[in-house]
Amino acid sequence: MLNYIFKRFLSLIVSLAVASLVIFFVIEVAPGDPAQFMLGINAQPDTVAALRSELGLDVPKWQRYLGWVGGLVTGDFGTSYTYRTPISTMIADRLWVSLPLAIYALTLSTVIAFPAGIYAAARRGKGGDMAVMGATQLGVAVPNFWFAMMMVLIFAINLRWFSAGGFAGWDKGLWTGIHSLTLPAVSLALPQAAILARVMRSALLDILGEDFMRTARAKGLTRRQALWRHGVRNALIPVLTIIGLQFSFLLAGSIIIEQVFYLPGLGRLVFQAISSRDLIVVESVVMLLVFAVITVNFLVDLAYAAVDPRLRSRT
Amino acid sequence: MSLLQIDNLSMDIVSTSILRDVTLTVDPGEIVAVTGESGSGKSMTAFSVMQLLPERVKTSGSIYLDGKDLLQASEAEMCRLRGNTVGMVFQEPMTALNPVKTIGDQVTETILIHKAMSPADAKTRAREVLDRVGLPADRFPLSRYPHELSGGQRQRVVIAMAIALRPKLLIADEPTTALDVTTQAQILDLLKGLVEDFGMGLLMITHDLAVVADMADRIVVMRRGEVVERGPTRSLLAQMKHPYTRQLFEASGHQVDLPPRPEPKPLLEVKDVVRDYRLPRTRPFAPHGQFRAVKGVSFELHRGERLGLVGESGCGKSTLTRALLGLEPIQGGSITLDGEPVFSGTKPNLAVRRKMQVVFQDPFGSFNPRHRVDRLITEPFFLLDEPPTGKAREAAIGEALEAVGLTAKDARKYIHEFSGGQRQRIAIARALIIRPELILFDEAVSALDVSVRAQILDLLADLCRAYDLSYLFISHDLSVVRTVTDRVLVMKSGEIVEQGETEEVFSNPRHPYTRTLIDAAPVLPDLDALGRSLTDA
Repeated sequence: MLNYIFKRFLSLIVSLAVASLVIFFVIEVAPGDPAQFMLGINAQPDTVAALRSELGLDVPKWQRYLGWVGGLVTGDFGTSYTYRTPISTMIADRLWVSLPLAIYALTLSTVIAFPAGIYAAARRGKGGDMAVMGATQLGVAVPNFWFAMMMVLIFAINLRWFSAGGFAGWDKGLWTGIHSLTLPAVSLALPQAAILARVMRSALLDILGEDFMRTARAKGLTRRQALWRHGVRNALIPVLTIIGLQFSFLLAGSIIIEQVFYLPGLGRLVFQAISSRDLIVVESVVMLLVFAVITVNFLVDLAYAAVDPRLRSRT
Repeated sequence: MSLLQIDNLSMDIVSTSILRDVTLTVDPGEIVAVTGESGSGKSMTAFSVMQLLPERVKTSGSIYLDGKDLLQASEAEMCRLRGNTVGMVFQEPMTALNPVKTIGDQVTETILIHKAMSPADAKTRAREVLDRVGLPADRFPLSRYPHELSGGQRQRVVIAMAIALRPKLLIADEPTTALDVTTQAQILDLLKGLVEDFGMGLLMITHDLAVVADMADRIVVMRRGEVVERGPTRSLLAQMKHPYTRQLFEASGHQVDLPPRPEPKPLLEVKDVVRDYRLPRTRPFAPHGQFRAVKGVSFELHRGERLGLVGESGCGKSTLTRALLGLEPIQGGSITLDGEPVFSGTKPNLAVRRKMQVVFQDPFGSFNPRHRVDRLITEPFFLLDEPPTGKAREAAIGEALEAVGLTAKDARKYIHEFSGGQRQRIAIARALIIRPELILFDEAVSALDVSVRAQILDLLADLCRAYDLSYLFISHDLSVVRTVTDRVLVMKSGEIVEQGETEEVFSNPRHPYTRTLIDAAPVLPDLDALGRSLTDA
């Protein structure tokens, strides 16, 4: 077990190191000089040179890489080229929106998908299964931004239950924060829930065909008891994989939804930084997202071991 | 009324008739064996007692268990009976247990689901039952997971679950088919002991007539959904009335007529072969462990000879087979065919590989279902520098198919259009098509019904007569090896413990392990002697 955790952890560290190298150098080779960009095309060469040295762009690449990585480890992400403010505070502000939103959406998606998938698997081929499968087909097909706009139309403009956009902030209380994230979270969650429900259903159907399900029935368990006691936990492995992927996506990929609801999230930060050549911000946010993805994968690996004893004893 | 009484049971799935007027009874303390070949309906008969049947099955007739008609029982009533009045043991112990639950939980569940005891008592009972089936507490605590147990041990857990509530009837569907002979003997003993101790009725489904003859008080022979013959074991064996029963027994003990061997001239030479596997680290930074699966094996296979290789699962015979075929590198020793190494440098030596072909066990899994037969059987042509094309290719395909008893027209068919026995013929045609000198048979007849197996064995004898072939016949089935080989190697824990002329080894085993194997293997009774003893009595 310890060996398994150690191996997973080692692979986490290696992945982070490789990712930081790739991110840094890919962005470095991209054309465009941030100092030139910030000063405009009419700037004097010596002004540009002065700004370059102020931003630390004139030292060798590998030194800048080491400085950047060292800063990441200590929590000092550097200073934004454009805003001249510490990147760590910029990211922290945005993370307070993006992280709760991702967790909120993932919780919703799981809460919807598990019962739907299990229900559909239990009534395979019957009306209930077809209804769930039809709904998930729709959920996968409808783009989430369109869905988000419909929700704004119905719940914000017509019913006035929620505000159409913006984020109230957490200082006005937990409930206010959650309330203002609800519409974005639902629009993010529904397509994910549709995918997750389908995965849950097909994983369970595979398990229902296993010999040990027949054994369970031969012991006197009803169909439903066998499904819950022996099916669900075995079906969790593929489902956990998808949940891990979805969390990463929700954290980083919600840029369109952030745009629709005018949320100050990470996605928008990256978008703005890219358009203003604020490379160091881009690097830092991308690195942070990579860190999040790799950490989530690590947690998913640990969850596998919790679910499946065979992984625990594999040394 | 008997404990189990099945009367005129018929079953249809959509419009296919599965069972027709099946009648059989099981009394308390009695072992009734239902036997027959695949498709005979023997398993469906068992599952109909459990009422665990596929959807859209229509049944008629009656099944009385302990006075209750199961065909009239509701699903809720059946749930109360399953595990309580009737328990069931299945064929495949490796997959019959839930991998994520402990064996203790799984045995206890049978008791708790029927609310027969308090959780604490249920745990005590689970412990008792596991002890009873031969899994003592010190080595098999309740907290063990299935993957920590061997196949035989898992089957004991399945039996423990089935008998935890002392059911009146136990159904065992091919309970030992997936197990090694020594394990099989132990499990059969266990089942017999349980029947005696608890006075249970045992309805046993098996295709293995030697097991049937050994275990059963009464035999029911089925074919194509019908009972063709039934009776007490001894009298049924002594005076088989139905020709099908006789045919089954003859096929089970089928002897092939091998052509004589030529003068010994080595073809395959195996010297001190070692095969190591790297084990995962036990803790971080610890060196990798080594597992030596084949420990310095040496033998020779002569031209024109049929050599057998027997041993139980895990003895290294499959590893050795892969090494012989040049599929995996070896860590020591040498393997040469006709003086040439099988594995040269880092890749298999094609010049040698084309002289050697293989036929595997599973006639269903070893073909790509999307290719036609002609493409499937010409796969070995890639070993040739100039594979035949056009007319020559067609002629080769036709000849290979006809040599194995099929027709040239079968070349355009897909594999799903063939039965298991026909597929194994196609596998042999695939091996034969490049005219190898040596064919390896890796459990090649183990998955076949006895009558089909007899035909395939005859085919093998005919082929080595017609094509000057040499065989290496790898199998766990001693009776088959005995009839189809000239010499035999006995393998245990990666070593060859005994080798010699087949008849000599079987009738006069020198190594204790060989003796254990031979003693454990159930044998068909001598029918003549049985007949005489019955008339004398």
